[in-house]
Amino acid sequence: MKRLSWFNATSLTLGFAFLYLPMVILVIYSFNESKLVTVWAGFSTKWYGELFRNDAFLEAAWVTLRVAVISSTIATVLGTMAAYVLVRGGRFAGRTLFSGMIYAPLVMPEVITGLSLLLLFIGIGLDRGVLTIVLAHTTFSMAFVAVVVSSRLVTFDKSLEEAALDLGCSPFSAFRLVTLPIIAPAVISGWLLAFTLSLDDLVIASFTAGPSATTLPIKIWSSIRLGVSPEINALSTILIALVTIGVITASLASKRALMRQQAEEMAAERT
Amino acid sequence: MRRLTLILIPYFWLLALFLVPFAIVFKISLSDVELAIPPYTPTLDLSEGWAGFKSFLAGLDFENFTFLTTDDLYWKSYLSSLRIAIISTVLTLFVAYPIAYGMAKAPKHWQPTLLMLVILPFWTSFLIRVYSWMGILSTEGYLNQLLLGLGVISEPLAIMNTNTAVYIGIVYTYLPFMILPIYSALERLDESLLEAAEDLGCSRISAFWLVTIPLSKTGIIAGCFLVFIPVMGEFVIPSLLGGSQTLMIGKVLFEEFFSNRDWPVASAVAVILLLILIVPIILFQRNEQKQREADG
Repeated sequence: MKRLSWFNATSLTLGFAFLYLPMVILVIYSFNESKLVTVWAGFSTKWYGELFRNDAFLEAAWVTLRVAVISSTIATVLGTMAAYVLVRGGRFAGRTLFSGMIYAPLVMPEVITGLSLLLLFIGIGLDRGVLTIVLAHTTFSMAFVAVVVSSRLVTFDKSLEEAALDLGCSPFSAFRLVTLPIIAPAVISGWLLAFTLSLDDLVIASFTAGPSATTLPIKIWSSIRLGVSPEINALSTILIALVTIGVITASLASKRALMRQQAEEMAAERT
Repeated sequence: MRRLTLILIPYFWLLALFLVPFAIVFKISLSDVELAIPPYTPTLDLSEGWAGFKSFLAGLDFENFTFLTTDDLYWKSYLSSLRIAIISTVLTLFVAYPIAYGMAKAPKHWQPTLLMLVILPFWTSFLIRVYSWMGILSTEGYLNQLLLGLGVISEPLAIMNTNTAVYIGIVYTYLPFMILPIYSALERLDESLLEAAEDLGCSRISAFWLVTIPLSKTGIIAGCFLVFIPVMGEFVIPSLLGGSQTLMIGKVLFEEFFSNRDWPVASAVAVILLLILIVPIILFQRNEQKQREADG
Protein backbone atom coordinates (compact mmCIF):
# COMPACT_ATOMS: atom_id res chain seq x y z
CA MET A 1 0.00 0.00 0.00
CA LYS A 2 1.34 3.36 -1.00
CA ARG A 3 1.55 6.06 1.65
CA LEU A 4 0.32 9.58 1.10
CA SER A 5 3.03 11.96 0.05
CA TRP A 6 3.71 14.98 2.24
CA PHE A 7 2.16 17.31 -0.31
CA ASN A 8 -1.05 15.32 -0.68
CA ALA A 9 -1.47 14.91 3.06
CA THR A 10 -1.11 18.68 3.55
CA SER A 11 -3.58 19.57 0.82
CA LEU A 12 -6.14 17.09 2.16
CA THR A 13 -5.77 18.38 5.73
CA LEU A 14 -6.02 22.04 4.74
CA GLY A 15 -8.86 21.32 2.32
CA PHE A 16 -11.01 19.49 4.84
CA ALA A 17 -10.19 22.02 7.56
CA PHE A 18 -11.48 24.74 5.22
CA LEU A 19 -14.64 22.74 4.50
CA TYR A 20 -15.43 21.87 8.10
CA LEU A 21 -14.03 24.58 10.38
CA PRO A 22 -16.78 27.17 9.71
CA MET A 23 -19.47 24.64 10.52
CA VAL A 24 -17.65 23.42 13.64
CA ILE A 25 -17.39 27.01 14.91
CA LEU A 26 -21.09 27.52 14.19
CA VAL A 27 -22.00 24.42 16.20
CA ILE A 28 -19.76 25.38 19.14
CA TYR A 29 -21.16 28.89 19.37
CA SER A 30 -24.75 27.61 19.31
CA PHE A 31 -24.07 26.56 22.93
CA ASN A 32 -22.95 30.06 23.85
CA GLU A 33 -24.68 31.72 26.78
CA SER A 34 -24.26 35.26 25.41
CA LYS A 35 -26.67 37.04 23.10
CA LEU A 36 -23.59 38.35 21.28
CA VAL A 37 -22.75 35.46 19.00
CA THR A 38 -19.04 36.19 18.67
CA VAL A 39 -18.25 36.57 22.39
CA TRP A 40 -18.01 33.36 24.41
CA ALA A 41 -19.76 33.64 27.80
CA GLY A 42 -20.10 30.06 28.99
CA PHE A 43 -21.99 26.91 28.03
CA SER A 44 -25.75 26.99 27.71
CA THR A 45 -28.51 25.24 25.79
CA LYS A 46 -30.97 28.06 26.27
CA TRP A 47 -31.09 29.01 22.56
CA TYR A 48 -32.44 25.55 21.77
CA GLY A 49 -35.22 26.17 24.27
CA GLU A 50 -35.97 29.56 22.69
CA LEU A 51 -36.08 27.89 19.29
CA PHE A 52 -38.68 25.33 20.33
CA ARG A 53 -40.86 28.05 21.81
CA ASN A 54 -40.76 29.99 18.55
CA ASP A 55 -44.02 29.07 16.82
CA ALA A 56 -43.14 30.86 13.58
CA PHE A 57 -40.07 28.65 13.10
CA LEU A 58 -41.95 25.46 13.96
CA GLU A 59 -44.77 26.38 11.58
CA ALA A 60 -42.26 27.09 8.78
CA ALA A 61 -40.43 23.83 9.49
CA TRP A 62 -43.69 21.91 9.12
CA VAL A 63 -44.49 23.60 5.78
CA THR A 64 -40.95 22.90 4.55
CA LEU A 65 -41.15 19.24 5.50
CA ARG A 66 -44.50 18.75 3.78
CA VAL A 67 -43.32 20.49 0.62
CA ALA A 68 -40.11 18.45 0.57
CA VAL A 69 -41.82 15.06 1.01
CA ILE A 70 -44.52 15.71 -1.60
CA SER A 71 -42.32 17.39 -4.21
CA SER A 72 -39.48 14.87 -3.94
CA THR A 73 -41.91 11.95 -4.30
CA ILE A 74 -43.53 13.39 -7.44
CA ALA A 75 -40.11 14.40 -8.77
CA THR A 76 -38.81 10.86 -8.27
CA VAL A 77 -41.70 9.34 -10.24
CA LEU A 78 -41.41 11.89 -13.06
CA GLY A 79 -37.60 11.88 -13.05
CA THR A 80 -37.45 8.09 -13.23
CA MET A 81 -39.93 8.12 -16.12
CA ALA A 82 -37.87 10.77 -17.88
CA ALA A 83 -34.64 8.85 -17.34
CA TYR A 84 -36.24 5.66 -18.68
CA VAL A 85 -37.47 7.52 -21.76
CA LEU A 86 -34.05 9.08 -22.35
CA VAL A 87 -32.08 5.85 -21.99
CA ARG A 88 -34.51 3.23 -23.32
CA GLY A 89 -37.05 5.26 -25.28
CA GLY A 90 -35.16 5.24 -28.57
CA ARG A 91 -35.79 8.04 -31.02
CA PHE A 92 -38.94 10.13 -30.93
CA ALA A 93 -39.95 13.54 -32.20
CA GLY A 94 -38.66 16.30 -29.92
CA ARG A 95 -36.09 14.14 -28.15
CA THR A 96 -33.44 16.88 -28.30
CA LEU A 97 -35.84 19.37 -26.74
CA PHE A 98 -36.75 16.80 -24.10
CA SER A 99 -33.16 16.09 -23.06
CA GLY A 100 -32.43 19.82 -23.14
CA MET A 101 -35.31 20.49 -20.77
CA ILE A 102 -34.10 17.68 -18.50
CA TYR A 103 -30.54 18.95 -18.21
CA ALA A 104 -31.06 22.72 -18.32
CA PRO A 105 -32.56 23.07 -14.80
CA LEU A 106 -29.35 21.58 -13.37
CA VAL A 107 -27.39 24.72 -14.16
CA MET A 108 -30.15 27.30 -14.57
CA PRO A 109 -29.67 30.22 -12.16
CA GLU A 110 -32.36 29.98 -9.51
CA VAL A 111 -33.45 33.60 -9.93
CA ILE A 112 -34.50 32.87 -13.51
CA THR A 113 -36.36 29.64 -12.66
CA GLY A 114 -38.09 31.34 -9.74
CA LEU A 115 -39.09 34.44 -11.69
CA SER A 116 -40.42 32.44 -14.65
CA LEU A 117 -42.51 30.13 -12.49
CA LEU A 118 -43.95 33.03 -10.50
CA LEU A 119 -45.00 34.77 -13.71
CA LEU A 120 -46.63 31.54 -14.89
CA PHE A 121 -48.57 31.10 -11.63
CA ILE A 122 -49.77 34.68 -11.74
CA GLY A 123 -50.62 34.31 -15.42
CA ILE A 124 -52.91 31.35 -14.80
CA GLY A 125 -54.28 32.87 -11.61
CA LEU A 126 -52.97 30.22 -9.21
CA ASP A 127 -52.80 31.43 -5.60
CA ARG A 128 -49.31 31.20 -4.18
CA GLY A 129 -48.92 28.75 -1.31
CA VAL A 130 -47.86 25.18 -0.61
CA LEU A 131 -49.13 23.97 -4.00
CA THR A 132 -47.06 26.43 -6.03
CA ILE A 133 -43.89 25.69 -4.05
CA VAL A 134 -44.47 21.96 -4.59
CA LEU A 135 -44.90 22.47 -8.36
CA ALA A 136 -41.74 24.59 -8.55
CA HIS A 137 -39.62 22.21 -6.48
CA THR A 138 -40.85 19.16 -8.39
CA THR A 139 -39.87 20.77 -11.68
CA PHE A 140 -36.29 21.62 -10.78
CA SER A 141 -35.55 18.53 -8.71
CA MET A 142 -36.89 16.02 -11.25
CA ALA A 143 -33.92 16.96 -13.42
CA PHE A 144 -31.55 15.83 -10.67
CA VAL A 145 -33.47 12.56 -10.20
CA ALA A 146 -33.38 11.95 -13.97
CA VAL A 147 -29.59 12.39 -14.07
CA VAL A 148 -28.97 10.06 -11.13
CA VAL A 149 -31.35 7.36 -12.40
CA SER A 150 -30.23 7.54 -16.03
CA SER A 151 -26.57 7.05 -15.04
CA ARG A 152 -27.65 3.78 -13.37
CA LEU A 153 -29.85 2.74 -16.30
CA VAL A 154 -26.99 3.23 -18.75
CA THR A 155 -24.75 0.76 -16.94
CA PHE A 156 -27.22 -2.08 -16.49
CA ASP A 157 -27.72 -4.96 -18.87
CA LYS A 158 -30.68 -4.45 -21.20
CA SER A 159 -30.87 -8.19 -21.95
CA LEU A 160 -32.30 -8.84 -18.46
CA GLU A 161 -35.38 -6.80 -19.39
CA GLU A 162 -35.60 -8.49 -22.77
CA ALA A 163 -35.42 -11.92 -21.13
CA ALA A 164 -38.35 -10.99 -18.87
CA LEU A 165 -40.34 -9.84 -21.89
CA ASP A 166 -39.51 -13.07 -23.78
CA LEU A 167 -40.71 -15.10 -20.81
CA GLY A 168 -44.11 -13.48 -21.05
CA CYS A 169 -43.89 -10.48 -18.72
CA SER A 170 -45.88 -7.42 -19.70
CA PRO A 171 -43.67 -4.34 -20.17
CA PHE A 172 -45.00 -2.90 -16.93
CA SER A 173 -44.37 -6.00 -14.84
CA ALA A 174 -40.92 -6.40 -16.47
CA PHE A 175 -40.17 -2.89 -15.25
CA ARG A 176 -41.57 -3.59 -11.79
CA LEU A 177 -39.97 -7.03 -11.31
CA VAL A 178 -36.62 -6.61 -13.11
CA THR A 179 -35.70 -3.00 -13.80
CA LEU A 180 -36.98 -1.33 -10.65
CA PRO A 181 -35.16 -3.60 -8.14
CA ILE A 182 -31.90 -3.04 -10.03
CA ILE A 183 -32.20 0.74 -10.25
CA ALA A 184 -33.74 1.04 -6.76
CA PRO A 185 -30.56 2.42 -5.08
CA ALA A 186 -30.38 5.19 -7.71
CA VAL A 187 -34.09 5.93 -7.33
CA ILE A 188 -33.68 6.20 -3.55
CA SER A 189 -30.65 8.46 -3.79
CA GLY A 190 -32.55 10.52 -6.37
CA TRP A 191 -35.38 10.93 -3.88
CA LEU A 192 -32.96 11.92 -1.12
CA LEU A 193 -31.31 14.45 -3.42
CA ALA A 194 -34.68 15.94 -4.41
CA PHE A 195 -35.70 16.00 -0.75
CA THR A 196 -32.63 17.94 0.41
CA LEU A 197 -32.76 20.30 -2.58
CA SER A 198 -36.31 21.16 -1.59
CA LEU A 199 -35.46 21.58 2.11
CA ASP A 200 -32.58 23.82 1.19
CA ASP A 201 -34.09 26.06 -1.45
CA LEU A 202 -34.44 29.75 -0.68
CA VAL A 203 -34.56 31.62 -3.99
CA ILE A 204 -37.21 29.63 -5.87
CA ALA A 205 -39.33 29.36 -2.72
CA SER A 206 -39.12 33.16 -2.20
CA PHE A 207 -40.63 33.68 -5.63
CA THR A 208 -43.30 30.97 -5.42
CA ALA A 209 -44.34 31.16 -1.75
CA GLY A 210 -47.27 33.31 -0.75
CA PRO A 211 -48.23 34.95 2.53
CA SER A 212 -50.10 31.77 3.51
CA ALA A 213 -46.99 29.57 3.43
CA THR A 214 -43.46 30.42 4.53
CA THR A 215 -40.67 27.86 4.38
CA LEU A 216 -37.83 27.51 6.86
CA PRO A 217 -35.12 28.90 4.51
CA ILE A 218 -37.25 32.02 3.92
CA LYS A 219 -37.63 32.41 7.68
CA ILE A 220 -33.88 31.92 8.26
CA TRP A 221 -33.13 34.36 5.46
CA SER A 222 -35.24 37.18 6.87
CA SER A 223 -33.64 36.65 10.27
CA ILE A 224 -29.96 36.50 9.20
CA ARG A 225 -30.22 39.52 6.92
CA LEU A 226 -30.11 41.48 10.17
CA GLY A 227 -26.93 39.70 11.28
CA VAL A 228 -25.84 36.60 13.18
CA SER A 229 -28.13 35.35 15.94
CA PRO A 230 -27.67 32.55 18.48
CA GLU A 231 -31.09 31.10 17.72
CA ILE A 232 -30.13 30.59 14.07
CA ASN A 233 -26.90 28.95 15.24
CA ALA A 234 -28.97 26.49 17.28
CA LEU A 235 -31.30 25.82 14.34
CA SER A 236 -28.30 25.32 12.01
CA THR A 237 -26.76 22.87 14.47
CA ILE A 238 -29.94 20.77 14.51
CA LEU A 239 -30.08 20.76 10.69
CA ILE A 240 -26.36 19.88 10.38
CA ALA A 241 -26.81 17.04 12.89
CA LEU A 242 -29.82 15.64 11.01
CA VAL A 243 -27.99 15.74 7.67
CA THR A 244 -24.86 14.13 9.14
CA ILE A 245 -26.84 11.30 10.72
CA GLY A 246 -28.82 10.83 7.50
CA VAL A 247 -25.78 10.72 5.20
CA ILE A 248 -23.80 8.38 7.47
CA THR A 249 -26.78 6.01 7.88
CA ALA A 250 -27.40 5.99 4.13
CA SER A 251 -23.75 5.27 3.31
CA LEU A 252 -23.55 2.47 5.92
CA ALA A 253 -26.76 0.95 4.56
CA SER A 254 -25.53 1.05 0.97
CA LYS A 255 -22.19 -0.43 2.04
CA ARG A 256 -24.00 -3.30 3.77
CA ALA A 257 -26.18 -3.88 0.70
CA LEU A 258 -23.07 -3.97 -1.48
CA MET A 259 -21.37 -6.48 0.81
CA ARG A 260 -24.46 -8.69 0.86
CA GLN A 261 -24.61 -8.57 -2.92
CA GLN A 262 -20.95 -9.56 -3.18
CA ALA A 263 -21.46 -12.41 -0.71
CA GLU A 264 -24.42 -13.67 -2.75
CA GLU A 265 -22.42 -13.49 -5.95
CA MET A 266 -19.57 -15.44 -4.38
CA ALA A 267 -22.01 -18.05 -3.09
CA ALA A 268 -23.57 -18.30 -6.54
CA GLU A 269 -20.17 -18.81 -8.14
CA ARG A 270 -19.32 -21.62 -5.72
CA THR A 271 -22.42 -23.67 -6.48
CA MET B 1 -49.40 3.17 -26.28
CA ARG B 2 -47.77 2.72 -22.87
CA ARG B 3 -44.54 4.05 -24.26
CA LEU B 4 -46.36 7.14 -25.44
CA THR B 5 -47.85 7.90 -22.01
CA LEU B 6 -44.45 7.32 -20.46
CA ILE B 7 -42.97 9.95 -22.77
CA LEU B 8 -45.87 12.37 -22.64
CA ILE B 9 -46.26 12.80 -18.88
CA PRO B 10 -42.75 14.12 -18.07
CA TYR B 11 -42.66 15.89 -21.44
CA PHE B 12 -45.82 17.87 -20.75
CA TRP B 13 -44.78 18.60 -17.19
CA LEU B 14 -41.55 20.16 -18.44
CA LEU B 15 -43.23 22.01 -21.28
CA ALA B 16 -45.82 23.49 -18.93
CA LEU B 17 -43.54 24.31 -16.01
CA PHE B 18 -40.20 24.92 -17.67
CA LEU B 19 -40.58 26.08 -21.27
CA VAL B 20 -43.89 27.99 -21.09
CA PRO B 21 -42.68 30.07 -18.10
CA PHE B 22 -39.68 31.20 -20.18
CA ALA B 23 -42.00 32.24 -22.97
CA ILE B 24 -43.94 34.30 -20.42
CA VAL B 25 -40.75 35.94 -19.11
CA PHE B 26 -39.83 36.83 -22.67
CA LYS B 27 -43.28 38.25 -23.36
CA ILE B 28 -43.32 40.35 -20.18
CA SER B 29 -39.84 41.66 -20.95
CA LEU B 30 -41.42 43.27 -24.03
CA SER B 31 -44.31 44.77 -22.06
CA ASP B 32 -44.63 48.08 -20.24
CA VAL B 33 -44.83 48.57 -16.52
CA GLU B 34 -48.26 49.59 -15.20
CA LEU B 35 -49.72 50.37 -11.79
CA ALA B 36 -52.12 47.43 -11.79
CA ILE B 37 -52.36 43.79 -10.87
CA PRO B 38 -50.53 42.16 -12.56
CA PRO B 39 -48.25 45.22 -12.89
CA TYR B 40 -47.63 45.17 -16.62
CA THR B 41 -49.44 45.83 -19.88
CA PRO B 42 -50.64 44.59 -22.35
CA THR B 43 -52.26 41.32 -21.35
CA LEU B 44 -53.52 38.93 -23.97
CA ASP B 45 -57.33 39.06 -24.13
CA LEU B 46 -58.48 35.97 -26.05
CA SER B 47 -62.15 36.94 -25.94
CA GLU B 48 -61.50 39.69 -28.47
CA GLY B 49 -60.16 37.19 -30.96
CA TRP B 50 -57.79 38.19 -33.73
CA ALA B 51 -58.12 41.94 -33.09
CA GLY B 52 -57.20 41.36 -29.45
CA PHE B 53 -54.14 39.41 -30.52
CA LYS B 54 -53.08 42.19 -32.91
CA SER B 55 -53.42 44.92 -30.31
CA PHE B 56 -51.52 42.65 -27.93
CA LEU B 57 -48.63 42.33 -30.39
CA ALA B 58 -48.68 46.08 -31.06
CA GLY B 59 -48.21 46.71 -27.34
CA LEU B 60 -44.92 44.84 -27.27
CA ASP B 61 -41.60 46.58 -27.85
CA PHE B 62 -37.94 46.43 -26.95
CA GLU B 63 -38.14 49.50 -24.72
CA ASN B 64 -37.00 47.64 -21.59
CA PHE B 65 -33.92 46.35 -23.35
CA THR B 66 -33.09 49.87 -24.54
CA PHE B 67 -33.60 51.00 -20.97
CA LEU B 68 -31.07 48.40 -19.77
CA THR B 69 -28.43 49.90 -22.06
CA THR B 70 -29.08 53.49 -20.98
CA ASP B 71 -28.87 52.94 -17.23
CA ASP B 72 -25.29 51.95 -16.46
CA LEU B 73 -26.32 50.05 -13.30
CA TYR B 74 -27.34 47.12 -15.50
CA TRP B 75 -24.39 46.66 -17.81
CA LYS B 76 -22.05 47.32 -14.89
CA SER B 77 -23.82 44.55 -12.97
CA TYR B 78 -23.50 42.13 -15.88
CA LEU B 79 -19.80 42.91 -16.25
CA SER B 80 -19.23 42.72 -12.52
CA SER B 81 -21.09 39.36 -12.29
CA LEU B 82 -18.99 38.09 -15.17
CA ARG B 83 -15.76 39.21 -13.48
CA ILE B 84 -16.74 37.76 -10.09
CA ALA B 85 -17.85 34.49 -11.72
CA ILE B 86 -14.61 34.12 -13.70
CA ILE B 87 -12.30 35.01 -10.80
CA SER B 88 -14.12 32.78 -8.34
CA THR B 89 -14.20 29.86 -10.80
CA VAL B 90 -10.41 30.10 -11.18
CA LEU B 91 -9.95 30.41 -7.40
CA THR B 92 -12.21 27.40 -6.79
CA LEU B 93 -10.24 25.40 -9.35
CA PHE B 94 -6.95 26.20 -7.59
CA VAL B 95 -8.34 25.23 -4.20
CA ALA B 96 -10.16 22.13 -5.47
CA TYR B 97 -7.47 20.56 -7.67
CA PRO B 98 -4.96 19.71 -4.90
CA ILE B 99 -7.78 18.28 -2.75
CA ALA B 100 -9.14 16.14 -5.62
CA TYR B 101 -5.57 15.08 -6.45
CA GLY B 102 -4.84 14.14 -2.84
CA MET B 103 -8.09 12.16 -2.69
CA ALA B 104 -7.27 10.24 -5.86
CA LYS B 105 -3.76 9.44 -4.54
CA ALA B 106 -4.97 8.43 -1.08
CA PRO B 107 -5.06 4.70 -0.18
CA LYS B 108 -8.03 2.99 -1.86
CA HIS B 109 -9.78 2.06 1.40
CA TRP B 110 -9.80 5.72 2.51
CA GLN B 111 -11.44 6.98 -0.65
CA PRO B 112 -15.11 6.21 0.16
CA THR B 113 -14.73 8.11 3.46
CA LEU B 114 -12.98 11.07 1.82
CA LEU B 115 -15.66 11.15 -0.86
CA MET B 116 -18.37 11.20 1.79
CA LEU B 117 -16.59 14.05 3.58
CA VAL B 118 -16.71 16.11 0.37
CA ILE B 119 -20.36 15.27 -0.30
CA LEU B 120 -21.56 15.93 3.27
CA PRO B 121 -21.34 19.77 3.08
CA PHE B 122 -23.20 19.55 -0.22
CA TRP B 123 -26.19 18.02 1.62
CA THR B 124 -26.01 20.68 4.32
CA SER B 125 -28.08 23.80 3.77
CA PHE B 126 -26.45 26.25 1.38
CA LEU B 127 -27.86 29.15 3.40
CA ILE B 128 -26.28 27.84 6.62
CA ARG B 129 -22.91 27.41 4.95
CA VAL B 130 -22.94 31.03 3.78
CA TYR B 131 -24.23 32.14 7.17
CA SER B 132 -21.35 30.37 8.96
CA TRP B 133 -18.94 32.84 7.33
CA MET B 134 -20.81 35.88 8.62
CA GLY B 135 -19.63 35.16 12.17
CA ILE B 136 -16.08 34.50 11.00
CA LEU B 137 -15.52 37.51 8.77
CA SER B 138 -17.35 40.32 10.60
CA THR B 139 -15.35 43.14 12.21
CA GLU B 140 -15.69 41.64 15.69
CA GLY B 141 -15.75 38.11 14.20
CA TYR B 142 -13.65 35.05 15.01
CA LEU B 143 -10.99 35.69 12.37
CA ASN B 144 -10.31 39.22 13.59
CA GLN B 145 -10.37 38.07 17.23
CA LEU B 146 -7.78 35.41 16.38
CA LEU B 147 -5.50 37.70 14.38
CA LEU B 148 -5.74 40.53 16.94
CA GLY B 149 -5.07 38.02 19.74
CA LEU B 150 -1.99 36.70 17.97
CA GLY B 151 -0.80 40.25 17.36
CA VAL B 152 -0.64 39.76 13.59
CA ILE B 153 -2.75 42.86 13.02
CA SER B 154 -3.45 45.86 15.20
CA GLU B 155 -6.63 47.02 13.46
CA PRO B 156 -9.50 44.63 12.62
CA LEU B 157 -9.60 43.69 8.95
CA ALA B 158 -12.64 44.86 7.02
CA ILE B 159 -13.46 41.73 5.02
CA MET B 160 -17.18 41.45 5.63
CA ASN B 161 -19.32 43.34 3.09
CA THR B 162 -16.56 43.42 0.48
CA ASN B 163 -15.92 41.46 -2.70
CA THR B 164 -13.25 39.45 -0.84
CA ALA B 165 -15.96 38.04 1.43
CA VAL B 166 -18.01 37.19 -1.67
CA TYR B 167 -15.07 35.29 -3.19
CA ILE B 168 -14.50 33.36 0.04
CA GLY B 169 -18.20 32.50 0.24
CA ILE B 170 -18.34 31.31 -3.38
CA VAL B 171 -15.18 29.20 -3.15
CA TYR B 172 -16.43 27.66 0.09
CA THR B 173 -19.95 26.77 -1.06
CA TYR B 174 -19.09 25.66 -4.60
CA LEU B 175 -15.96 23.67 -3.70
CA PRO B 176 -17.66 20.21 -3.77
CA PHE B 177 -18.98 20.90 -7.30
CA MET B 178 -15.39 21.38 -8.49
CA ILE B 179 -13.77 18.59 -6.44
CA LEU B 180 -16.17 15.80 -7.46
CA PRO B 181 -15.79 15.87 -11.28
CA ILE B 182 -12.00 16.39 -11.06
CA TYR B 183 -11.69 13.54 -8.57
CA SER B 184 -13.70 11.18 -10.77
CA ALA B 185 -11.46 12.04 -13.74
CA LEU B 186 -8.24 11.61 -11.70
CA GLU B 187 -9.45 8.40 -10.10
CA ARG B 188 -9.73 6.73 -13.52
CA LEU B 189 -6.24 7.86 -14.50
CA ASP B 190 -3.96 4.97 -15.36
CA GLU B 191 -0.86 5.12 -13.10
CA SER B 192 1.25 3.31 -15.69
CA LEU B 193 0.97 6.33 -18.02
CA LEU B 194 2.79 8.44 -15.43
CA GLU B 195 5.43 5.74 -14.94
CA ALA B 196 5.88 5.56 -18.70
CA ALA B 197 6.35 9.33 -18.86
CA GLU B 198 8.95 9.18 -16.11
CA ASP B 199 10.71 6.25 -17.77
CA LEU B 200 10.90 8.28 -20.94
CA GLY B 201 12.72 11.04 -19.11
CA CYS B 202 9.96 13.35 -17.93
CA SER B 203 10.47 14.98 -14.58
CA ARG B 204 7.59 14.45 -12.14
CA ILE B 205 6.43 18.03 -12.61
CA SER B 206 6.43 17.90 -16.37
CA ALA B 207 4.72 14.49 -16.26
CA PHE B 208 2.02 16.20 -14.19
CA TRP B 209 1.63 18.98 -16.78
CA LEU B 210 1.85 16.72 -19.81
CA VAL B 211 -0.11 13.68 -18.61
CA THR B 212 -2.22 14.29 -15.51
CA ILE B 213 -3.65 17.71 -16.42
CA PRO B 214 -4.67 16.79 -20.00
CA LEU B 215 -6.26 13.53 -18.82
CA SER B 216 -8.29 15.30 -16.14
CA LYS B 217 -9.43 17.94 -18.63
CA THR B 218 -13.08 16.80 -18.87
CA GLY B 219 -13.33 16.91 -15.07
CA ILE B 220 -11.84 20.41 -14.95
CA ILE B 221 -14.19 21.65 -17.67
CA ALA B 222 -17.26 20.11 -16.01
CA GLY B 223 -16.27 21.58 -12.64
CA CYS B 224 -15.69 25.05 -14.08
CA PHE B 225 -19.11 25.11 -15.74
CA LEU B 226 -20.80 23.79 -12.60
CA VAL B 227 -19.31 26.73 -10.70
CA PHE B 228 -19.39 29.48 -13.33
CA ILE B 229 -22.99 29.14 -14.53
CA PRO B 230 -24.82 29.25 -11.18
CA VAL B 231 -22.44 31.90 -9.77
CA MET B 232 -23.40 34.24 -12.63
CA GLY B 233 -26.93 34.35 -11.24
CA GLU B 234 -25.93 34.09 -7.57
CA PHE B 235 -28.12 36.06 -5.20
CA VAL B 236 -27.65 34.74 -1.64
CA ILE B 237 -23.86 35.16 -1.33
CA PRO B 238 -23.60 38.78 -2.58
CA SER B 239 -26.62 39.76 -0.47
CA LEU B 240 -25.27 38.28 2.76
CA LEU B 241 -21.49 38.69 2.45
CA GLY B 242 -21.15 41.42 -0.14
CA GLY B 243 -21.37 45.13 0.43
CA SER B 244 -23.12 47.98 -1.30
CA GLN B 245 -20.38 48.08 -3.96
CA THR B 246 -20.84 44.38 -4.81
CA LEU B 247 -22.84 44.44 -8.01
CA MET B 248 -24.27 41.12 -9.14
CA ILE B 249 -27.06 40.67 -11.61
CA GLY B 250 -28.95 38.09 -9.52
CA LYS B 251 -29.22 40.64 -6.73
CA VAL B 252 -30.31 43.38 -9.16
CA LEU B 253 -33.01 41.11 -10.60
CA PHE B 254 -34.29 40.19 -7.15
CA GLU B 255 -34.45 43.81 -6.03
CA GLU B 256 -35.97 45.02 -9.30
CA PHE B 257 -38.71 42.47 -8.85
CA PHE B 258 -39.43 42.63 -5.13
CA SER B 259 -38.42 46.16 -4.12
CA ASN B 260 -39.13 48.18 -7.27
CA ARG B 261 -41.92 45.87 -8.48
CA ASP B 262 -40.82 46.56 -12.04
CA TRP B 263 -41.66 43.18 -13.55
CA PRO B 264 -40.97 44.04 -17.20
CA VAL B 265 -37.44 45.29 -16.41
CA ALA B 266 -36.78 42.29 -14.12
CA SER B 267 -37.88 40.01 -16.98
CA ALA B 268 -35.62 41.82 -19.44
CA VAL B 269 -32.71 41.39 -17.00
CA ALA B 270 -33.51 37.66 -16.84
CA VAL B 271 -33.69 37.33 -20.64
CA ILE B 272 -30.25 38.94 -21.10
CA LEU B 273 -28.77 36.77 -18.33
CA LEU B 274 -30.15 33.69 -20.06
CA LEU B 275 -28.69 34.82 -23.40
CA ILE B 276 -25.27 35.26 -21.76
CA LEU B 277 -25.51 31.81 -20.18
CA ILE B 278 -26.89 29.90 -23.16
CA VAL B 279 -23.43 29.40 -24.69
CA PRO B 280 -21.81 28.01 -21.50
CA ILE B 281 -24.90 25.82 -20.86
CA ILE B 282 -24.68 24.29 -24.35
CA LEU B 283 -20.91 23.81 -24.01
CA PHE B 284 -21.48 22.13 -20.63
CA GLN B 285 -24.01 19.72 -22.11
CA ARG B 286 -21.65 18.90 -25.00
CA ASN B 287 -18.89 18.14 -22.48
CA GLU B 288 -21.24 15.88 -20.49
CA GLN B 289 -22.35 14.14 -23.67
CA LYS B 290 -18.73 13.50 -24.64
CA GLN B 291 -18.03 12.18 -21.17
CA ARG B 292 -20.98 9.77 -21.35
CA GLU B 293 -19.90 8.52 -24.77
CA ALA B 294 -16.35 7.95 -23.49
CA ASP B 295 -17.77 5.96 -20.57
CA GLY B 296 -20.24 3.94 -22.62
